[in-house]
Amino acid sequence: MTKIQSTMAGTVFNIVVKEGEEVTAGQTVMILESMKMEIPVEAETAGKVAEINAQVGDFVNEGDVLVTFE
Amino acid sequence: MTIKTTYNERLEDKLTGIFAGGHPKYHEKMKEQNKLFVRDRLALLFDDGKYLEDGRFANCEAGDLPADGVVTATGKVGGQQVCVMANDSTVKAGSWGSRTVEKIIRIQEIAEKTRVPMLYLVDSAGARITDQLDMFPNRRGAGKIFHNQVRMSGFVPQICLLFGPSAAGGAYIPAFCDIVIMVEGNASMYLGSPRMAEKVIGEKVTLEEMGGARMHCSVSGCGDVLVTNEQDAISEAIRYLAYFPANFTEMPKLVEPKSVKEGRSLEAIIPENQNAPFDMYEAIDQLIDEGSFFDIKKLFAPEIITGLARIEGRAVGIIANQPKAKGGVLFGDSADKAAKFINLCDAFGIPLLFLADVPGFMIGTKVERAGIIRHGAKLIMAMSSATVPKISVIVRKAYGAGLYAMAGPAFEPDVCIALPTAQIAVMGPEAAVNAVFSNKIEAIEDPKERLKYVQEKHQEYREQIDIYKLASEMIIDEIVAPSDLREVLAMRFSAYSTKHIPQPPRKHPVYPV
Repeated sequence: MTKIQSTMAGTVFNIVVKEGEEVTAGQTVMILESMKMEIPVEAETAGKVAEINAQVGDFVNEGDVLVTFE
Repeated sequence: MTIKTTYNERLEDKLTGIFAGGHPKYHEKMKEQNKLFVRDRLALLFDDGKYLEDGRFANCEAGDLPADGVVTATGKVGGQQVCVMANDSTVKAGSWGSRTVEKIIRIQEIAEKTRVPMLYLVDSAGARITDQLDMFPNRRGAGKIFHNQVRMSGFVPQICLLFGPSAAGGAYIPAFCDIVIMVEGNASMYLGSPRMAEKVIGEKVTLEEMGGARMHCSVSGCGDVLVTNEQDAISEAIRYLAYFPANFTEMPKLVEPKSVKEGRSLEAIIPENQNAPFDMYEAIDQLIDEGSFFDIKKLFAPEIITGLARIEGRAVGIIANQPKAKGGVLFGDSADKAAKFINLCDAFGIPLLFLADVPGFMIGTKVERAGIIRHGAKLIMAMSSATVPKISVIVRKAYGAGLYAMAGPAFEPDVCIALPTAQIAVMGPEAAVNAVFSNKIEAIEDPKERLKYVQEKHQEYREQIDIYKLASEMIIDEIVAPSDLREVLAMRFSAYSTKHIPQPPRKHPVYPV
């Protein structure tokens, strides 16, 4: 099971994908807000979204799991 | 005649044995691993495959240790004379005996005396434990190799091509080189093997996870360039070498200029919204000669880009924030990456171009505990002490210590150029207004009134840091239209090429590490 982790500490600004959605490698799955910047989080590999592990407004730390693939 | 024939035959016999390397079964194994025999590597590396070899007959009386497991040679690479040491992993897994070590030391001494680049083609299991007293602890033991590397650092370029393992003490050869090119799947670096890790600390781990090429090029930062095969490793080394002079007393060569890659204009690439990401690589392409970018540590700390390139044929080192990765925020790893790159360019007379679009250094518990301040200090010290021509371009924002790290005005860049989109401040408008007026903002109860107040304050703040105001105060030296930037850079690098700053009379600074 592939997990997409947060690359840095920040707040979840926008969730771009839905559970069950097919995602391609390099696609933006979530946008974080940190240091006043929009930080796109991309999928490293293709896959199907099994679970979204953070909600808009949540604080996430570097390494926290944001999205889990099937 | 007969005596002569006998002599010749004896020589030929010996040479045949030496050129054959280790037992055929080890050659077979190399083929399976998609690895080349050491002499085939050298044939690819050297111009026309020609080189002079020293210590060829080392340990030839032993019978099974041709060249004692290392080929040391001089020859030309891309027209430049270089010295090379290359492990032969078909001979006792490329392990080091006393003659192996002596050969490596001698070729280093030749590189130093003749003042030419030194290349290390590493594929070695490490020390020959059975020979340890003869090769490990003494004055001309393996430690001397590293001592030589340190002395030669910044004197001549030192390049490591990692084709196989670089184990235990041997792992310091790459560590002391200017650049490490690693072949994915075969190259590895580690102090203790997975087997040792399991025995000594109880950890179960694979070699790839613990010391593989991809790990080192993306996580540890010990590797600089990840390639898929040995041919690419060699061609990348040749390409890299072309940016450098033979030694620190010479200047990098100018080459035939090329035009930029076809693509969108800088105006189109750089978004007006300071907080929106864009790809800095696309912007770099519009400033440099097409195809000239040599990315260093591409996979490590991607929030900062460090690479060699050419502008109108002149070699330059580019340090650029990458808003697309982590917002271009500086972390401990980004600072380390840029500091080493700046040191490298400064050592060999390669001028520096800083492209700033940086919200600052990262904040928060995690980075403070990891010592972001002392890591950041390394970058600022490297940038500050570099005496090669330095041009700082503020592409969009440069906030806080981010401005300092990217060669802001206080660090004596030869010129600080702003694009019309530039914004220089202690912090961005949102953060600044929150910091200064938070009590007042909270006291306003009506949400509409509050938003209006905040927006007014943002506007006031933007006016305070308007780029023309900074230009009027001579904080920045010039505001340049993006479409003119390449030409301005080419002319300015040419103008500053005779820059000379005498070193202050002291032994050396106290490096923050």
